[in-house]
Amino acid sequence: MARMTMIEAVRSAMDVSMGRDDHVVVFGEDVGYFGGVFRCTQGLQAKYGKTRCFDTPINESGILGTAIGMAAYGLKPCIEIQFADYMYPAYDQITQEAARIRYRSNGDFTCPIVVRMPTGGGIFGGQTHSQSPEALFTHVCGLKVIVPSNPYDAKGLLIAAIEDPDPVMFLEPKRLYNGPFDGHHEKPVTPWSKHDLGEVPDGHYTIPIGKAEVRRQGEAVTVVAYGTMVHVALAAAEETGIDAEVIDLRSLLPLDLDTIVQSVKKTGRCVVVHEATLTSGFGGEVVSLVQEHCFYNLEAPIVRVTGWDTPYPHAQEWDYFPGPARVGRALKEVMEG
Amino acid sequence: MAPRKTASVSSRKTAAKPVKKDFNGGTFADFSKDEDLNAYREMLLIRRFEEKAGQLYGMGFIGGFCHLYIGQEAVVVGMQMALKEGDQVITGYRDHGHMLACGMSARGVMAELTGRRGGLSKGKGGSMHMFSKEKHFYGGHGIVGAQVSLGTGLAFANRYRGNDNVSLTYFGDGAANQGQVYESFNMAALWKLPVIYIIENNRYAMGTSVSRASAQTDFSQRGASFNIPGYQVDGMDVRAVKAAADEAVEHCRTGKGPIILEMLTYRYRGHSMSDPAKYRSKDEVQKMRSEHDPIEQVRARLLERKWASEDELKQIDKDVRDVVADSADFAQSDPEPDASELYTDILI
Repeated sequence: MARMTMIEAVRSAMDVSMGRDDHVVVFGEDVGYFGGVFRCTQGLQAKYGKTRCFDTPINESGILGTAIGMAAYGLKPCIEIQFADYMYPAYDQITQEAARIRYRSNGDFTCPIVVRMPTGGGIFGGQTHSQSPEALFTHVCGLKVIVPSNPYDAKGLLIAAIEDPDPVMFLEPKRLYNGPFDGHHEKPVTPWSKHDLGEVPDGHYTIPIGKAEVRRQGEAVTVVAYGTMVHVALAAAEETGIDAEVIDLRSLLPLDLDTIVQSVKKTGRCVVVHEATLTSGFGGEVVSLVQEHCFYNLEAPIVRVTGWDTPYPHAQEWDYFPGPARVGRALKEVMEG
Repeated sequence: MAPRKTASVSSRKTAAKPVKKDFNGGTFADFSKDEDLNAYREMLLIRRFEEKAGQLYGMGFIGGFCHLYIGQEAVVVGMQMALKEGDQVITGYRDHGHMLACGMSARGVMAELTGRRGGLSKGKGGSMHMFSKEKHFYGGHGIVGAQVSLGTGLAFANRYRGNDNVSLTYFGDGAANQGQVYESFNMAALWKLPVIYIIENNRYAMGTSVSRASAQTDFSQRGASFNIPGYQVDGMDVRAVKAAADEAVEHCRTGKGPIILEMLTYRYRGHSMSDPAKYRSKDEVQKMRSEHDPIEQVRARLLERKWASEDELKQIDKDVRDVVADSADFAQSDPEPDASELYTDILI
């Protein structure tokens, strides 16, 4: 066991996977020689050589398309899109090719690729370096979508994703790379080295894709969150004193509906939190499912706390970011409802 | 002065054969005194502005992303000298220099960097996302290569309106590998659009050198299969840039379609403020600074020809520093945008 940041955990997952299976290749913009802008792939090229960890030109569509072809012939590309915001040129390849090749080929071919991408805001990235596009992936049948919230999960889920026979979108909340950021931007972040979930085994382990984790047991209200918002929700629960049960989805697709339903049936109240914009966000799907499965258990309307329906502003980062104060207000609202 | 052959920046191959031979981008005339003084002042403004932006970033007044243009000043200043009212400029994320060259206010740019309401995008855009209708500046774009298609559209609009304006579409050696660049090239050539594609080849796409990311490293040839003429230009020499710009602008204004200018240039700083630039040697940077600095070249010329004294140049520097200091003061004292601004300029 070692204490790792989320960056080190992700790197360790790729390292372990490359060591076990020489079909695993890692590439992307600045990924090889430079080691990635967030340093997630640092040292992998030196260890595994330039044919297994390499730089690509800046052409996301080409990166994705090439990876799909490689995967169809048995390789396991684990690629990095430098920021989730850069995914859009590749979206055609992701939705029309990667997500469909199994169906289209009657199961002859699958697409075992992992697309890692730093996601979310909180680093003053403005409108082109802060987005959370997960709903654009969950809306496409044929993709698995993972958003880890800590180093331990990140490593176990990334190894599971690399070993998975189908395409996995792996969104890494960049604000969590160095510590469990809870939205209190005015305070220094506790490093992962001082957090239980920064304890990460050195070797191989997996976390099953599609299993949520209850981060805080509670009786009063269920909070469904993922990524950075897990830590924000935990902070909001502590600060309001409301006995919230906080569910960390970890995997949006497949979704662990059982864990959500079980909790809401117990608490009778539900708040859904994500950093992405509200309209047609993944929260809408969660709310809909909770309503379908827990309607007669609900004591109050379900509330969503999300980013605003605007581009991510440069100047008003903390007005936009759904911090613990906003989540706390939502908790109080559903308790009164 | 007799025309001189373009000096290729050291350690690079000399210009490849142009697609068309009728372009005279390889030779250029000396500047007049006024041109040299103008170029000196404009380039110095960009340099001092960027140095100040770097300082403010270090002090925490600027957050997030900040890509400095230091070293590349001759490119925008030389290009701008060839333009006339109504010509459009569009570029990527390393955009502060372009905006200053377009005549946008130092205050407006700096206050945008610090996220204040007096910024050109009311503080909501940040370093990479600013515009000016008045100065015909169509942005600052944070997504690599995305502006190339937009610049092509600007050129289409010129053609449609029947004016003789030209779209200056800037992008880097990294962006040159995006697929949409070639979709744009094809349309621009097909419809003979008045667009100058200016590829600012500063040798590094973030931390990836040109040779590690590009099969064809002579970017002037990237339009060859579309029959778009292309030329390599010494982007460290403002005279070479201006001469190439004059001819490219003329090419476009006379309806000959698009043209590519590859500017051989160099950025002294890292890709962004968080880049320690370990992918290149300090010697490489120092050699460029000492042997090819675009501002020093003009300064030396002004002194040598006695077009300006040391004191006069100091005065220019002081004037420029005053403009920059004023912008920095404004950018620190101007208030942040009101919360009501969160939902302005939004479709609901």
